Parts: sequence; structure tokens; C-alpha cells
Amino acid sequence: MQFLLVMLVLCGATALIVSPLYGKRRGLIGDDAEQVALEAARDAKFREIRDAELDFRTGKLSKEDYRALDNSLRSEAIELLRRLDAARGVEVAE
Amino acid sequence: MDPRRKRRIRLVVALSAALMLAGGLIYTSFSAASDARTPSQLLASAQSGRSYQLTGKVVPGYRVRGNELDFRVRDRGGRASVPVRYTGEIPDPFKAGREVIVTVRQQGGTFVGQRDSLITKCPSKFSASKGT
Amino acid sequence: MTLGRACVILALAIAPIGALASIYGARTRRREWVAVGRRSVYALAAVLTVAFIVLESAFLRSDFSFQIVATHSSIATPFFYKAAAMWSSQEGSLLLWMWLLSLWSSLVLFLTRNRLRELAPYATAVLLGFATFFGALVVFLANPFQLLSPAPGDGTGLQPLLRHPSMMIHPPMLYSGYTLFTVPFAFAVAALIARRTDAAWIRATRRFGLAAWCFLGIGILIGARWSWSELGWGGYWAWDPVENAALMPWLAGTAFLHSFMVQEKRGLLKMWNVCLVLGAGILAILGTFLVRSGILQSIHAFGGSTLGVPFLGFIALLVLGSVLLVASRREDLRSPEARSYSPLSRESIFLMNNVLLVGLCFVIFWGTFFPLISEAVTGNKASVGPPWFDRYTVPLAIGLVFLSGLGPLMAWRKTTLAGARRSVQGPGAFAVVVLVALLALGVPAKPGALALFACAAFAIGSVVQELYRGVAVRRATASEVAPVALVSVVRRNRRRYGGYIVHLGIALLFIGVGASAAFQHVRDVRLSPGKTATIGGYAVHYVRATSRVAPEKVTLGAVLDVSKDGRHVTTLRTTRGYYPSPDPTAGPVGQYFDGDSTTEVGLKAGLRRDIWTAVQPDVGAMQKMIDGIDKRFPLAQGDTQRFLLTAVAQRYVAAPPPAVFRLIVSPMVEWIWLGGIVLGLGGLIAIWPPPRAQRSRAPASSWSARLGRELSRA
Repeated sequence: MQFLLVMLVLCGATALIVSPLYGKRRGLIGDDAEQVALEAARDAKFREIRDAELDFRTGKLSKEDYRALDNSLRSEAIELLRRLDAARGVEVAE
Repeated sequence: MDPRRKRRIRLVVALSAALMLAGGLIYTSFSAASDARTPSQLLASAQSGRSYQLTGKVVPGYRVRGNELDFRVRDRGGRASVPVRYTGEIPDPFKAGREVIVTVRQQGGTFVGQRDSLITKCPSKFSASKGT
Repeated sequence: MTLGRACVILALAIAPIGALASIYGARTRRREWVAVGRRSVYALAAVLTVAFIVLESAFLRSDFSFQIVATHSSIATPFFYKAAAMWSSQEGSLLLWMWLLSLWSSLVLFLTRNRLRELAPYATAVLLGFATFFGALVVFLANPFQLLSPAPGDGTGLQPLLRHPSMMIHPPMLYSGYTLFTVPFAFAVAALIARRTDAAWIRATRRFGLAAWCFLGIGILIGARWSWSELGWGGYWAWDPVENAALMPWLAGTAFLHSFMVQEKRGLLKMWNVCLVLGAGILAILGTFLVRSGILQSIHAFGGSTLGVPFLGFIALLVLGSVLLVASRREDLRSPEARSYSPLSRESIFLMNNVLLVGLCFVIFWGTFFPLISEAVTGNKASVGPPWFDRYTVPLAIGLVFLSGLGPLMAWRKTTLAGARRSVQGPGAFAVVVLVALLALGVPAKPGALALFACAAFAIGSVVQELYRGVAVRRATASEVAPVALVSVVRRNRRRYGGYIVHLGIALLFIGVGASAAFQHVRDVRLSPGKTATIGGYAVHYVRATSRVAPEKVTLGAVLDVSKDGRHVTTLRTTRGYYPSPDPTAGPVGQYFDGDSTTEVGLKAGLRRDIWTAVQPDVGAMQKMIDGIDKRFPLAQGDTQRFLLTAVAQRYVAAPPPAVFRLIVSPMVEWIWLGGIVLGLGGLIAIWPPPRAQRSRAPASSWSARLGRELSRA
């Protein structure tokens, strides 16, 4: 009985592990590392913009400081979007 | 001042503060520490008035009265033992044969344990058994 | 070859195979081999689950053919504790560790299976490397499935001290924390190998780091609470090496959770973050090792074992590997230029808090390992005690509490001076008011405690102010009632407000620590029934003695009446349980008083103070009676034995000798656990993922418009 159970576990584990080698989803992994990094940077930049707004509205930043910060953050964000589109290979209409 | 230089200055300041703290730490730890001694080491070289951390096993035949304890501690692997008089909280696992750690000071012919410094090790449940 | 043994051997085979497959898949960029590696982790989890079930069911069925069951459980052990007994043993706890590692790794890899394609394979290999090490321990050195033949009729039972519900949760919580700390470690190694040390790996591992931090923190607090309410020494923290071993990775985790944010936003501190994450993982393994090595004197360390050397070798390998890897990738870890921030900014505060946290970690590390250090330097094994630890950790902790209040008041990059002044004055005033109030109320002027209270008040004021401001902002843009606005603003900024709530929890926790440490009353008194002792304004009256005889133990105790100014406050019951020793030379009655004993603490918990007592009955006074009975009935067993024990117990109750009571009145201990709950809540909020925004790939008409659209959707 024990032997049967052991065989069952062994076969199940082997099947699970080896199955991808015979499955449909084979092939090379695309090189989207650049894209992933840019997406993460974009999301972080969006968060920065929203945080800056919240900082302003909760009274930590003066209007001038906020304007300056917001402008520079937004232009950094636009740059990221541009690079992201280039990485994705999307045609850009200016 | 350009950011690079600012960062370098901050780094230097932080490191210096850290080194000073570390220095103070290291210095006081050596002077505040109490040496660990086995009973045979205590018998050989105890200085009156200095406090030591005595480690060893409890000898059977000790006397308990409430929270006053008169017992002897022997070497883990030997027979040399020293008497200890201890007042304070007695840990739950304390009994003959158990390993204890207690901070003691020599007074006359016996060693007086520091209040509440008695620690008894839980019995060896974590001793590995050999594999198949 | 039993099923359980086969499973762990299979696990030991799967782990390195999966690791190699992952590395092969990463290098050749073949999707199917990466999948093989990932599925190896799933298979590992499945196989170990089977092994876990086999062992657990052996405990629950009291199958004493398993040596581990015979040495850690018995027929008489209650069901609840039979289940927990598995991890009171070295072998079982290693299996638990490995099982939790495989479960958490499976979850992590499942959640990241479509992202992080560069990093996941290497991380898989590292995690499986850990599994290989622990698997080798379980298979070769600490086999939980060792059989006994012939199987004994009954086991030796669970250590009486461990019979407490906390013992069910404390190890699984702690181990979940430890194993979860290996996940950021694995991804950090992967990021270094793949040379992808940008924001992507932080974003992926931040949540797991936060989860690890929560589990470990809660595990530590459960242990502290167990110590306070169960153990007879009347404290919750002793700077014991094993306690410290769990605290150090937690501190490193706290540090990197903050410095992660600086790297995400500004791209700074890359090298620092990598070192912190690697350090936290190594400290977690070090913590696992300390409990079972016997190299440091501790009440936890369960004696020396043969596992010390392999663990040390593994840790040395981890340290060496990490140092080499970081050194070889230091070019990638250079921060970009021209990223400055003002001293009045969150970046600056986070940097300071990191310095304090790492400093705290170093102090604790030094004190914990001092016996080995001093042995290496002077030849003598010397150790430092709690006073030394307190002297250095308390100022650092006070500084941290202060910073935790200052951080929420600062903006990123730069806070306008006027804005900073406006933000600080509210909480600052509150702190001063609290300080003055405390002094006016007659609280003794202990500088450390008062500084701590002032800083905690500052932190609480800061969090409350920020929550209030957030609600005001929300109500200005979307007309909602205050409670709804609070919920929405927290939901839309989970990280920020989750973090604020964690700071609130920390402040409450430290208020509890400060009050209970600085203003505690402790007395040891010897009382006869009818007598009264006073402590901290309370009168404690010894009403009567109690006793109970059960097959597994004899209990002697006392009932105490506590009153203040004549009014009854509470009734405390405290007992001492005496378990029989297996010594055959002891008599039928004497054997009970010769074995292990445990204390049942009498505890009245309250928000303002806890009243704690433990009794030490004077068994010595009964010794003559016990010896007499043992001499006359040396072979008494079963019912006769019980009858004799009852006679002794009743004699104790009828004419109780004076007993020694430890009495403690400790203010605000419950605030520690309360703070812990708030901390956990804040952590949960911070972890909870926000709804994913839709990202469309529509071409942009103009960049600003598109930015506006994407921002509003994010």
C-alpha cells in the first residue's frame, strides 16, 4: 500500500515537472526587459505625480514649489511614455 | 554644491557617526560583560567581588524555601562543583541535572547568585537523531 | 521506506533538478525550461504537503512507531497540542520550515509567472537552493520519519511549558516570516545576476518583503505575549539570543521597506537596498540557525546539535556569494547623477531612519554574538546583559519613534519651509501638552520614558493630523461625508495611509513598552493564607490555597483577592503544576514533585495596567509527609497512587505553608499588543493591491493629453 502511494506521488511529481517540455507553450522568451523596466518607471512616476499633488493639498508644499515640481515630473513622465512607445514599436504621431 | 559632493559629505558624516557609536559600543561591551565560567574554573580562579556567569549542571539534593535556593552547580562533564545561594525567581524547568546559567559573586566560602539571574535551559528536545 | 521518508527524499531530488532547469531556461531563454523550474517548485510544495500530512496524522493518531511522536507526544496529550507537537521537535520544525518555504515560493512564482521573465528563473533557482539545503538536513541529519521497532505503548509527552495556544501559532508565524524573507533575497540575487537592478525588481518584491515583515513582527509579538502571560518570570522581552535573532531581520526589513521607496522614486540607494535585502535574508537564515545550534547560551537554544556546522557552512556560502555578486555588479548599482533632495524631505528622513535601524541592528548583533567575539579576542566567553542592551537600544528607539512622526509631515524632494513649519506645529504642540500633562499628573520624571512618551505623542499627533488633512482634501474634491471620505482617501493611497497606520501602531507599542518598563512595581512576598501584601497602590490578600490532582499532573495554587482603596478589583488564581518525572527510583508521590513544573500565571489585563502574579508553593514543607508515604507505599500505582496524591494535596489545602508570590503591577502592557494589532492592520492596508488601471495602446494625439488620460486612469 505504501509502495503504491509512493509510486503515485513520484509519477504525479514527474508528470507535473516534465509536462512543459511537451506542451504547446514552447519557444523563446521575448526580450521585453526594457519594456518592463520602463513600465515600472512609468508607474512610479505616475505615483510621484499623485503624491506631489497630495503633498501640495495637505499643505506641505507652496503653490510655486508645487508648480515647479509638477512641471518637471510631468515632463519626465512624458519622456518615459515616449521611450515606452519606442520600445513597444508603436508609431508616434506628434 | 553639486549633488555628488553633497552625497559624499552626507556619507562621510554618517560613517563617522556610525564609527563613533560602534567604538563606544565595543568599548563598553568589554567592560560591562561578565565572564562565563565553569565550576572548575571558578574554583581555580575566582576573584572576590567580581561577578561571573556560572554555567553547569544542577547537582541533585538542593534545598528550596519559597524563593530562596541553596544548590550546587557542577561541571557539565565532571565532578567539580560549587555552592550557590540564590534568591529570586526560580524558572519553571529548574531541577537536578538541568543546565543552568546564573550570575554569581564570591562571598566568603560560597557564591551568591544575583537576583533573578537564574536561567535554566529547556531540556534537549532539539538533539538531532541520526538519519537512516 | 515509508511514504513520508520517500517524499522528503523525492523533495531533495526535485529541488536541485528544478534549480538547474531554471538556470538552463534563463540562459537559453527557453520558455519551457523556465516552466519546468517553476513547476518543480509547485511539485516540491505538493510532495512536502504529503509528507507534512503523513507526519501530522501520525501525531494525531498517536502512532508511536514514529520515534518523533514517541518523544514529543503521548496518549494523554490534548488533541490541540498533539497537532502542535510536531514542530516542537528539531526534525519536525525543519520540515515545517521547508514546507512553508515551498508554499510561499509557489505562491510568489504563481503570482509573477507572466511578469519578471528575466528575474523569475534565477530567483527560482535561489529558492530551490534553499530548499536543497534544508532537504539535505532533513534527509541526512534530522529524519522526522525515523521508525521505532517495537513501537512503545505510550510517548513521553509534550514539554509542559509548550502547552499553550500561542505555541500553535508562534512557530508557523515566525517561520513564515523567515521563509518570506528569502523571497526578496532570491529576487535581489536574480536582479544582480541578470543586471536588472532598476525599479522593476523592487516593485515585484516589495509586497513579499512587506508580508515577511508583517508575519515576522506578529510572530515576535506573539512570543512576547506568551512570555508575559505564561512564563513565571514576569516579563515579555529578555534580550535572549533567540529573541534577538528574530528581531534583526525584522529591523533590516523595516529599513529596506523605507529605502525601497527612495529607490523607486529617485533611483538612489541602489547599492544600499541590495545590501539590505541580502542582509535581511542572511539574518533570517542566521535566526533559524541560532535556535538549534547551541553556540549561544539561551533558554530557547535546545542544546547543541549536529546541525550547527552545516548551517554555519551554508551561511558562510550565502555571505561569500552575496559579497562577490555585489562586488562584481557594482557598476550597475551606481546611482544616477544630479538627483538631489533637500534636508527637509522624506528622502532625508528615510535615510536617517535607515541609519538608526541599521545601527540598532548592529547593536543587537554585537550584543548577541558578544560571547563568541570576546572568546576570540580575550579567550574568555563573556556576555552582556539586558542593561547593556537597554542603554544602547533605548536612545535609538526614541529617535526612530520621533522620525516616524516627522516623516509623514515631509514632502518628497523638498518641503517648503512654511509648509514644514505649519505641519510640525500641530503635532509638536500636542507632544508638549502631553509632556506637561504627564508631569502635572505626577508621573515620575524619568527622562528616557518621558522622552519616549513625548516622541510617541508627536508621532500620534502627526498621523492623526495627516489623516484629517487627507479627509479634508477628499471632501474638497468629492463631496462625501467624513467617514466615507476617510475610507476613500485611504483606499486611493493605500501605501501612504497604510504606512501612517503602521506608524500609529508603533507609537502605541512603544508607549506600552516605555510605561511598563519604566514604571513597573515588582515585589516578591511570602504570604500565609489570610495575610495581605501591598504593591503599587493595590492590596493583595491571600484568600485560600487550591489543589487539583489529575493523571498528568498535580496542581497546587492559590486564590488572591486584589483591591484598591477598599474596593474589590479582581480575583487572581495562580497555580503551579507538577508533572511526574520518568525517574524509576522516585516514589509514587515524590516522582511528581521531582519532575518538571510549570507556572500558571494569574493575570488581570487592563488598558491602564496589568496585575500579574505567580506562586511558588513551599513543597519543601510537605517533604516529610511525601517521604513517609513513599516509604510505606513504594509501589503504588493507578488509583492507589491517585488516592495518595489527593491526600497530600488536601493536606496542602487544609494547612498551607507560607508560599512565595511574585507580584507585578505593570502599567499599559496591553498597549503593546494593541499597537501590534494596529501595526498588522496598517501592514494589511499597505499590502492590499489597488485595482489595476486599464492601459490602452491608443496612439497619442498629444503627449500632455495622453498623460492626463493615463494619469486619471492609474
